[in-house]
Amino acid sequence: MANDAVVDKGRRRFLTATTSVVGGAGVALAAIPFVKSWEPSEKAKSAGAPVLADIGKIEPGQKVTFEWRGLPVFVVNRTKAQLDTLTSVDARLRDPKSENTAQQPEYAKNEYRSIKPEWLVVTGICTHLGCVPDFFPELKPEPFDPQWKGGFYCPCHKSRYDMAGRVYDGVPAPANLAVPKYHFVDDTHILIGVDPDKGAA
Amino acid sequence: MGTTMTRLQPKNRVLAWVEDRLPVLSFLNAHTSGYYAPKNFNLWYYFGSLALLVLVNQILTGIFLTMHYKPSAELVAPGISAAFASVEYIMRDVSWGWLIRYMHSTGASLFFVVVYLHMFRGLMYGSYKKPRELVWILGMLIFLALMAEAFMGYVLPWGNMSFWGAKVIISLFGTIPLIGDSLVEWIMGDYLPADATLNRFFALHVIALPLVLLLLVVLHLGALHEVGSNNPDGVEIKAKKKPDGTPLDGIAFHPYYTVKDIFGTGFFLLIAAFIIFYAPTFGGWFLEHDNFLPANNLATPTHIKPVWYFTPFYAILRMIPSFFGTAVWGVIAMFGAIVLLFLLPWLDKGMVKSVRYRGIGYKIALGLFALSFIMLAAVGAGVTAEKIPEWFGEKADATFIENLFGRFWTFVYFGYFAFIWVYTKFGFEKTRPVPERVTTHD
Repeated sequence: MANDAVVDKGRRRFLTATTSVVGGAGVALAAIPFVKSWEPSEKAKSAGAPVLADIGKIEPGQKVTFEWRGLPVFVVNRTKAQLDTLTSVDARLRDPKSENTAQQPEYAKNEYRSIKPEWLVVTGICTHLGCVPDFFPELKPEPFDPQWKGGFYCPCHKSRYDMAGRVYDGVPAPANLAVPKYHFVDDTHILIGVDPDKGAA
Repeated sequence: MGTTMTRLQPKNRVLAWVEDRLPVLSFLNAHTSGYYAPKNFNLWYYFGSLALLVLVNQILTGIFLTMHYKPSAELVAPGISAAFASVEYIMRDVSWGWLIRYMHSTGASLFFVVVYLHMFRGLMYGSYKKPRELVWILGMLIFLALMAEAFMGYVLPWGNMSFWGAKVIISLFGTIPLIGDSLVEWIMGDYLPADATLNRFFALHVIALPLVLLLLVVLHLGALHEVGSNNPDGVEIKAKKKPDGTPLDGIAFHPYYTVKDIFGTGFFLLIAAFIIFYAPTFGGWFLEHDNFLPANNLATPTHIKPVWYFTPFYAILRMIPSFFGTAVWGVIAMFGAIVLLFLLPWLDKGMVKSVRYRGIGYKIALGLFALSFIMLAAVGAGVTAEKIPEWFGEKADATFIENLFGRFWTFVYFGYFAFIWVYTKFGFEKTRPVPERVTTHD
């Protein structure tokens, strides 16, 4: 730089601005690998394969939990009495007709939220903050609900769901329990994670 | 005043040589013997230095814990992760490991005890008001960093409450519309809290957040020493000075307040030692019972509740129902409860700092605010849920009563901020005259 104090301020400003923009873009691009490194790794992704569940030994009224992608999947063999309660609680539910399409595949958007009426298959993850709700199948008053008709109760924040995993009104959970993709391979086996007549999830 | 640094000229030739090149001694002097603090500090002024003491304890014990702890969720025995096993190893097999761990876990809870008292002091004496807004903002940032640090630390033992606590807290981000679900996967690095999650939380807990905390503490103290400490009378001591330019009502931080703080330290260590040796879990309040079970992604603990210091905010989260098909409102309210504290210097328009000279409305509001914090803590910790059947009978609708109670105190919490804005903005406050000089210890 010359010793005389003549400064071309416009040129200086232009150079400062362009250097900052180029430098800033470089920093932003360099940040991408670090941000991306937090995504689920290939190892984690490949662990998410479909699960074949044997439901042959589940008694009427019983719930069995299977694990798929680290999530508990509830399979409940509902009794006739439990199925009959479903319409009686409609008025107390937030989404009795399962209109929130994100919570079940098209083939489970019916009054039982299932492919076969007696077999309920839902992800046992409370739609509030991801706890596992407990199963209270009996038709008797419970401390958390004097008019209980059977269903699921989340111990974390007291959200309640009926025997079809439909959420009650006035609880923290915003939506019905999610129904995962599944289909019947035969009468005693379901494949969790794959739609009927379709490829893998 | 601020911190005008006087250049010292040490007699020792080596020290003088260093001092000419890097004025370390002059810097230390300016912030100790050269820093004048009001002479009327009371008991409430112990908690800042105690917070610093606990920070040093956490760093020292933390360094030694990392020498034995393994941040891995890989199973080393059926249902037992390497992380969980390494914590048991520290407790049973490492010489004095139990003491170092209990110093760290007790330190975490006591950190929040002293920080909450320190913050309440700030509210009481108006220490957040002009010219100390930035001291308050930096302090609030420390509080935020501390909450993140504590949360991630709680996940590390990979007990069942670690796992489910992580799951619930990370799920908070899932309520954000559109990006929520992918954000949750990004934070966890898996479809559920897993090895990847534990490993990154370890990295954040032991290096990233402590660096941020230390930087913020330096800035907090730097900002404080620039504007000078407030005091129980809320009088600006810089207004009246001695001929030598030091405040008339000020005394040198060293030796006067260093000696006072050492006394406080002794008392504090007595309490801390009692807890560490005789009640390290503090009846499930400092270390929750469910966290002595290994993480199990298929079994939620019966009562998921955070450690006590998060419970007031957790209660606010729980008390806000979801509507319009999303649970984001509770999350917004919970973060809003903290954001409002950041804004306090601008919400409170009152000119009088100390509660001693403020209007009766302010005194009542501050009392109710503190009470709402305690009541919400009780709701968040599940105390009310447990007691309601006892008080109202088994037949009572416990959820309804708890919601009524919790929502009332949530309303009081937020009402405090609304009230002081209206109260001070529209001239409802009738203050008493503030003395020209501090009132005690003349």
